[in-house]
Amino acid sequence: MVGETRQGEKTVNANSAARADILLNIRRSVGDHAAICEAEYAAIPREYRHKGTADRSEILDLFASRLHDYDAVVYHCPAGAISTIVAAAMDARNKTSLLRPERLPQEWLPANRSFPVVDGLSYEEINRGEGVITGCVAAIAFTGTIMLRHSVGEGRRALTLIPDYHLCVVFADQVVETVPEGFARLKGMETQPLTTVSGPSATADIEMSRVKGVHGPRFLDVILVG
Amino acid sequence: MSVRVGEAASAPTFAAAAKHLMGNDQLRRNVRNATEVIRNKRAAVVGEMSDWQQLRDTAHAIKDHTMRHLGEYLARFEENCTRAGGIVHWARDADEANAIAIEIIRSHNEKEVIKVKTMTTDEIGMNRALEAAGITPYETDLADLIVQLGDDKPSHIVVPALHRNKMEIRELFMRTMGLSELGTRPEDIAEAARLYLREKFLRVPVAISGANFAVAETGSVCVVESEGNGRMCVSLPRLLISVAGIEKIVPKFADLEVFLQLLARSATGERMNPYNSIWTGVTPGDGPREFHVILLDNGRTKVLADEVSRETLDCIRCGACLNACPVYRQTGGHAYGSIYAGPIGAILTPQLQSMEHSQTLPYASSLCGACYEVCPVKINIPEILIHLRNKIVENGDAPAGEQMGMKAAAWAMSDAANLSTARTLGRIAQMPFANNGVIHHLPGMMSGWTATRDMPSIPAESFRQWWAKRAREKRP
Amino acid sequence: MDQPLRRRKYTEITGRTPLIAIHWELQISLFIACYNDMLFPGTGQAVVTVLERLGHTVEFRQSQTCCGQMHYNSGYQADALPLMEKFLDDFRDSGVVCIPSSSCVAMIREHYPVMAEKSGRPEMVREVQSLIPRVFEFSELLVDKLGVEDTGAFFPYLVTLHSSCHSLRSLHIGDKPERLLKKVRGLTYVPLEDRDQCCGFGGTFSVKNADVSAAMAADKIRCVLKTRAEVCAALDNSCLMQIGGALGRLNTGTRTMHIAEILAATEASVPTGAGAHV
Repeated sequence: MVGETRQGEKTVNANSAARADILLNIRRSVGDHAAICEAEYAAIPREYRHKGTADRSEILDLFASRLHDYDAVVYHCPAGAISTIVAAAMDARNKTSLLRPERLPQEWLPANRSFPVVDGLSYEEINRGEGVITGCVAAIAFTGTIMLRHSVGEGRRALTLIPDYHLCVVFADQVVETVPEGFARLKGMETQPLTTVSGPSATADIEMSRVKGVHGPRFLDVILVG
Repeated sequence: MSVRVGEAASAPTFAAAAKHLMGNDQLRRNVRNATEVIRNKRAAVVGEMSDWQQLRDTAHAIKDHTMRHLGEYLARFEENCTRAGGIVHWARDADEANAIAIEIIRSHNEKEVIKVKTMTTDEIGMNRALEAAGITPYETDLADLIVQLGDDKPSHIVVPALHRNKMEIRELFMRTMGLSELGTRPEDIAEAARLYLREKFLRVPVAISGANFAVAETGSVCVVESEGNGRMCVSLPRLLISVAGIEKIVPKFADLEVFLQLLARSATGERMNPYNSIWTGVTPGDGPREFHVILLDNGRTKVLADEVSRETLDCIRCGACLNACPVYRQTGGHAYGSIYAGPIGAILTPQLQSMEHSQTLPYASSLCGACYEVCPVKINIPEILIHLRNKIVENGDAPAGEQMGMKAAAWAMSDAANLSTARTLGRIAQMPFANNGVIHHLPGMMSGWTATRDMPSIPAESFRQWWAKRAREKRP
Repeated sequence: MDQPLRRRKYTEITGRTPLIAIHWELQISLFIACYNDMLFPGTGQAVVTVLERLGHTVEFRQSQTCCGQMHYNSGYQADALPLMEKFLDDFRDSGVVCIPSSSCVAMIREHYPVMAEKSGRPEMVREVQSLIPRVFEFSELLVDKLGVEDTGAFFPYLVTLHSSCHSLRSLHIGDKPERLLKKVRGLTYVPLEDRDQCCGFGGTFSVKNADVSAAMAADKIRCVLKTRAEVCAALDNSCLMQIGGALGRLNTGTRTMHIAEILAATEASVPTGAGAHV
C-alpha cells in the first residue's frame, strides 16, 4: 500500500490523514462529480490540428530544415546503406567508437569500429565514451523533435544523456508532421521512460543570448533513412 | 497549518518595492531587454500556428474539467503511479512536504541532493528546510545556480536570473567556483557551469524535481526543460523525489500533446523546448530505483473553493504573462515579494496567502489585459484581479481614505444633482491649484499623480451645462 | 431631414458626396461618461457636432451619471451595482447609445452581465441583455452602425494614435479609429510604435501605484515624441489625461486630443488650444 516501504509508522499515519484532509477539502470546494467525469472529459472541445496536410517529401524536408536550424547534421540515406553512412558520420566527427543499446540492429553497424553495449557500464565509463548511436520511436517534423523510448528501444536514459555526441537513425516512415500525430505513435508505450529531443540543450539565462549545449549531448547527427 | 509562499508573508507593499527597484538601472535594462526578446520570439512561433486559439480553448477546458474532478484524478494518479512502483505522499502544507522529503533522504543516509528547477520547492522553502536538517541541496538550472551561488532571489518564473548581467554572473562564478580565469562570452560562462555541475550529476545519488504535469491515466510525471539538467536529475540518481502541486494533474496522456505545444511557445518562444522527460514509477535498469511523488496542497484547495478565481490553478507556469505585462516590465519580479511574480503572481500569491500580507498585489495592475491575451490556458487574470480587490474591500482592508473617497464618489454618482454639487465643490477646492486650465500640484492622495504629471482643472462649464444652455437657446 | 436633403447638407459642408448612403436618420442617445462631462466637455460637444453634421439627432438624458467602472474595477462592486441599475433605468427605452469612452463600453459589455448575474435578479439580466446591443463606442458607431469613415473633417496636423487597452482587447476595435483619421482632410497620420502598450492610467492604479504609472507614461510619451506628431489622439480621455499629463509636465509642446474633436474640426473651426489635455 502507499507509503508502506521505508516509512516510519508515524509518517504513514500522517500521510493517510493528509490524504483524507486534502480530498475532503477538494470535495468541499468542488463537490463530487465522479459519476459524470468520463462524459465531461469526452465533451471537451478539441478543434486543434490533429493531422498534418503536408505530403511525405514536404514532411521530410521540413524535418531536415528544423534539424539544420539546430545545427544538427542530416545525412540522407537509402535503406540498406545505413552502416556506410554511420561510418561516414563517425569519420566526419573523428569517432572510432560509439556506445549503443543492446537491441540496436547489427546491420546498422559498420565493420572496423567498436560499438560497446551500454548495459552494465558505469556513468563514468559512459562519460568517457566518444558518443552514442541509437534509433528512435518517432519524429515530429513541425517542431524538429525526435522521440526516444528508453530501456527497450533506445536503451537506458543515461545512454543518450551523458555522452557529448548522439548519432540518431530516423526512418522516413517514423517522421510525422504534427505533435498530436507524434503522440499517437506512442500508443501502448506511455509508461516506458520517454524523452523528446528538439535540438541540443540550450540556455538563455545569460543576458538572453542563447547558448547551445549545456548538459546533454551538444552534438547531434541524424541519419534520415528512405 | 502554515501556508508559505516563499517570503511573501513579510514583503513590503508592491508600490514601495517597485519604487525601490525602479531605481536600479541595470535591472530595468535587463528586464526590459529579456521580456522584449521572449515576447517577440513568442509572437513569431505563435503566429505560425493556425490552431493556436483552438489549443488554448482545449487547454482551458481540460484544466477546468480537471479542477472539477480533482479528487478523482489525484486518486487515479496515485493508483497508477503506485502500481508502476512509485510511492505517493500527500502534504497539506509546506512543513509536511519538507518533513516527508527529509525523512526519505535521511532513511537513505544521504546528505546531498541535486535539484531541478521547480518553483514548488521554492514556494515551500525546501532548500532552507533541507539545510536545517543537515542536507545540502545543489541547484542545477543555470539561472537557479546563479541565484543560489549569489545568495539571491529569483525574479522571473522562466528566467529567474534575468536581473543579472553577464559580467555579474562571470564574477560570481569565478568567486564561488574558484576559477582563476574565465572568458567573458556567454559560452564560456555556460561551459564553467557545465563542468561544475557534471561532477555532481554523475555522483550525487539523490535528486529532487518538480513536475510540470502529472498524468492521472498512467501515473506518469513529465518534466519540461531546456538545459538537460532535468534529464540528469530524473534519470541518473538512485533516489528521486518529485514535488507536485495538486493542480499539476492532467487527466490523460494524450492531453500532453496540447500542453506541450502551448508551453514551449509561450515560455521561451520555441516550437518545442529542447527536452521533455516522461516517466512512470520505477523502471528496472533505467533510472532511479526508488521514486517518490509528494502531492502538495499548501493552500491550493482553498483557491479551489472560490469559483471565480479557481482558474488561477490552471497556470502551467509559462511566464508569458510576465513578459507581456507593462507593469512587470518596469519593476521586475522582486517587487512582488513572492516567487510567483507578474500577473499570475498578483493573483496566486494573495490567494495562497489568504490575502494577509500580499494585499497590495491585486492592485499592481492597470488591468490592461495583455496577460489574458497571451495566457495559453486563458486565465482571465484581469477579472480575477478585480475579484480579489473586491474581497479586500469587503473585508474592510482597503485604506480608510480610499473608502471614504469611494463612498463620496458613489454619493455623487447616485444622482445628477449630486454630481453637479460635487462638481461645484471640486471647482471651489481646486481654486488654489488651478492655473490656466492646468493643475500642477495636489495634496494628499492625488499628489501621487501630480508628482509626475499635470492634471486638467475642472472647466467652468460642464458638458451637461453646455447642453442645457444650447437647448434653452434653441427654444424660440 | 429626408435623405436627399441630408446628402445635400453633407455635401454643402464637406464639398464631397458621401461614399456610403446614410439610409436612416437615427436618434442617438449620448452617454457622455462622468469624467468627460466634468473634465472634457469639448469631447461631448465634438461628438454632437459630428453626429448632427451627419444628419442625426442627438438626445442627452440629463439624469445620467456614471457607468460604475471606477468602483467596480477598484473592488467596490457593492457601490457599482446601484450605478448599473441607474444606467439601465436612464437608458431603458433609448435607441442607440453612443459613448465616447471605450472603457465605459467595455464595462457595460463585459461586467454588466456579471453583475446582473450575481444580483440574482432575472429581470436585470434581461435588461442588460437588451442594453448591450444598443451601446456603441463613438468610432464603432460611426464605422459599424452609420457606415461612415469620412466625417467631413479638416485637421491639417501630424497626428498619431494611441490604442487604449479596452478598445483593443475588449472592443476589438481593429483599425476603425485609423480609418476615420485617414479620411480627415489635411491630416497626416503617423503610426505609433508600441501603440498597444498600456499608457499606465488604469484608473486608481495611476495613483495607488503612481511611480510605476509614471514610468509607463514615460515609455508611452517616448514613443509619441518619436513620431514627431503634433497631436496624439485616442478614443479615451482617460488615457489622454495620463499621456497629456506627462507631455504637458515636460513642456513637450505635443498635444493630446480625443478623436471626436479631430473629427469635428472643419475649415470653419479648427481647434487650436481646444481639447488640449493640459
